[in-house]
Amino acid sequence: MAKPVAAWLKPLPQGLYCVPGDFFIDPAQPVSRAVITHAHSDHARSGHGAALATADTLAIMRLRLGEGAPRSPQPLPYRQPLTVGDVTLTLVPAGHLLGSAQVVMEYQGQRAVVSGDYKRAADPTCDSFEVARCTVFVTEATFGLPVFTHPAPEQEIAKLLASLADFPERTHQIGVYGLGKCQRLIALLRQAGYDRPVWLHGALRSVTDYYIGRGIDLGPVPSVADSRENLAGEIVLCPPSALGDRWSRRFADPLIGFASGWMRVRGRARQRGVELPLIISDHADWPELLQTITDTGASDIWVTHGREEALVHAATSMGLAARALNLVGLEDEGE
Amino acid sequence: MKNFAMLLDRLTYTPSRLGKLTLMRHYFQNTPDPERGYGLAALTDGLAVSFPVRRVITELAAGRFDPELFRLSRDYVGDTAETLALIWPTAAAPDPPLLSDVVQTLATLPKAKYAEALAGWLNRLDAVGRWALLKFLGGALRVGVSARLAKTALAEAFGREVEEIEEKWHGQTPPYAELFDWLEGRRDHLPVSEAPVFKPIMLSVPLEAADFDTLVLDDFSYEWKWDGIRVQMAGGRGDTRIFSRGAEDITASFPDLAHAFPHHATVDGELLVLRQGHVAPFADLQQRLNRKAPSTAMMQKYPAHLRLYDALDIEGEDLRALPLVARRDRLEDWFARVRPRHCDLSPVLTFASKEELRATWQATRDEGIEGLMLKRKDSPYLAGRPKGHWFKWKRAALTADCVLVYAQRGSGKRSSFYSDFTFACWQGEGEGRHLVPVGKAYSGFTDAELLRLDKFVRAHTIERFGPVRSVEPKLVLEVAFDGIQTSSRHKSGIAMRFPRIARIRWDKPAAEADTVETLRRMISS
Repeated sequence: MAKPVAAWLKPLPQGLYCVPGDFFIDPAQPVSRAVITHAHSDHARSGHGAALATADTLAIMRLRLGEGAPRSPQPLPYRQPLTVGDVTLTLVPAGHLLGSAQVVMEYQGQRAVVSGDYKRAADPTCDSFEVARCTVFVTEATFGLPVFTHPAPEQEIAKLLASLADFPERTHQIGVYGLGKCQRLIALLRQAGYDRPVWLHGALRSVTDYYIGRGIDLGPVPSVADSRENLAGEIVLCPPSALGDRWSRRFADPLIGFASGWMRVRGRARQRGVELPLIISDHADWPELLQTITDTGASDIWVTHGREEALVHAATSMGLAARALNLVGLEDEGE
Repeated sequence: MKNFAMLLDRLTYTPSRLGKLTLMRHYFQNTPDPERGYGLAALTDGLAVSFPVRRVITELAAGRFDPELFRLSRDYVGDTAETLALIWPTAAAPDPPLLSDVVQTLATLPKAKYAEALAGWLNRLDAVGRWALLKFLGGALRVGVSARLAKTALAEAFGREVEEIEEKWHGQTPPYAELFDWLEGRRDHLPVSEAPVFKPIMLSVPLEAADFDTLVLDDFSYEWKWDGIRVQMAGGRGDTRIFSRGAEDITASFPDLAHAFPHHATVDGELLVLRQGHVAPFADLQQRLNRKAPSTAMMQKYPAHLRLYDALDIEGEDLRALPLVARRDRLEDWFARVRPRHCDLSPVLTFASKEELRATWQATRDEGIEGLMLKRKDSPYLAGRPKGHWFKWKRAALTADCVLVYAQRGSGKRSSFYSDFTFACWQGEGEGRHLVPVGKAYSGFTDAELLRLDKFVRAHTIERFGPVRSVEPKLVLEVAFDGIQTSSRHKSGIAMRFPRIARIRWDKPAAEADTVETLRRMISS
């Protein structure tokens, strides 16, 4: 009789620990052996010894963490099984951002999948999510409430372009998460036929250049610092923390936008003083969460972070075993 | 419904008046008839929609959604209608109903069919459309747009003056087909309505020192400047309307006044709360302004009164071209004849010399008087703020030296600046001496000063509370204000009227700022 997954995949204070492989997945503290799903800072912390991830994830970690990047990086391509201890480990695209992966683990004939963060919607800047069948599916639940159904991103881009037409005298300053959202937003603008420069805050430069270096065409993306103009009628992207900051005073009557799944809830948008909320998310929305749970064929659903109560309730109603892991250190505010 | 929903969505997030005007202008220009007409009606409160949104929502939600998931969603979103709009599934290809369809269906919809009709519409809309529909059905849009602002956007959209629209407004009904025909030049004339309409009012300019020097005493007529709000009361053909100086119809807040005025006349005056002939503090009037349908008790406690100083027309005769003194004669004749209830005449003051005029201005601190009005005797009643005709001479502001203690980020253009300042005065003696906040100001400084204030706040922050920072009590602000009253709502026990920053005292030590006691002594003065 095979051991239940719960006997070898355990939520510990440092993070989710795979016993037969002796590694943590996205640990919140420095560990000697880590597997990293993607390079967002709440998943890819600094100070690990050995870290296994996709080559893109490791490269972006080096860019962002510098000295704090893992001392011994181990790149692993998608879909290539690797034996780690007694476990067979495979990385499968998660569709969240460039390099993001789900971690598939097989041990004694049982399969568990840790999704990391993921989305099912198309994204021109990364590989699409692939379903991995399993017994235990460890899922995120950032947007784990039925009120979160992301509209088509094209519709949100149209809203941004309409606002540019309505207010050609104002700089459209859009807050974006620097890794993933920034580059996806630019790619979506290009898909919509917008060919003017998209101006970048300095903090968005290195990762965006990395995406371009990986062959993703983003068109002209100059730095704000290289312009002396007030950029009226232009799109400027910046980290959310720079919205309404002193940095924005140079722009022409800035119209503040924010691209995030949270913008679906009016109170959240108003709280941030956002004038142009763009509902664009790199996380699965509620229908995608439920669809994915079904698609994996898992009988056991573990929920890592987000609005886990509702998702556990829904999975239970679907006749599945479900529980919240209450892992520490994973955030949903950054999105 | 699609354009209308997008308009409401953008309006709720757009804080500036100019931005709102732009959005509405584009809506009126790019939306076909009769949809835009119904949109206009919704923005100007011209559709009496009464749909029991809350009850029907509860009914719809109960059968369709897992109660636990709905509860969790409701807790997160914080608003039931918004929750329903978000949780309701969107069809693969939404086919939104026309706003006109919704309005026409509602007109004859039996109560028993409410839930079914709403569900049918929700099925055809996307999330923004569902939210907008529920907002529309709820009656009050609350998107920060007044009827006047919507009409202004309409005027701008078609190169007209808003006054032209006001004059024609009351004869028109949703969806305003004739109005749009006229706006777009498909129709030359629209009948000017007989119902009471707002007529552009005449405004004054502040009296500068140079104005006083050149002033010829006998050229002017003099009145008190009352501490109420300027209104226009227009009656005739069985209806009476009260308009604010911004053309907002505020009749609903003052039914006592409007019902007591069955006369055919348009008069100009100061709206006050008056008790036994005495003008009550402005705060009392504010109680009334905040209420749309005041209770009888409210009206008895805060009796509304109109103090008249001008007439635009009387019994159908337009007086606006007459000189002020002639209009005043007509007003007094008419007043003596009809004795309008809850009204009196603002007395005309006379002065023997300019010295006496100045002395009176300086000495007056009576409750309810803000200063003096100086009006040219030969001025016709002119729209807007014509130069050289009417002057307001506000009594000198009170001032106090206060200490900056909190600063909050502004909004819109000022969102990167700490531009809202809370200031405090000293209370207590010796060891127990401490600062008590006494007011908040966000005007009175130049852009250059704001830059310096912002810098000071950032450099002297003690703690941050979201958009607010507490600041080391080091900087003295000379605060000017129009009046001061006791207040049980403020910790200091006092409330300033229109405080603004008169000067920034970079030089003055905080310990030398004024005390709360000093401010209290100003109350009776």
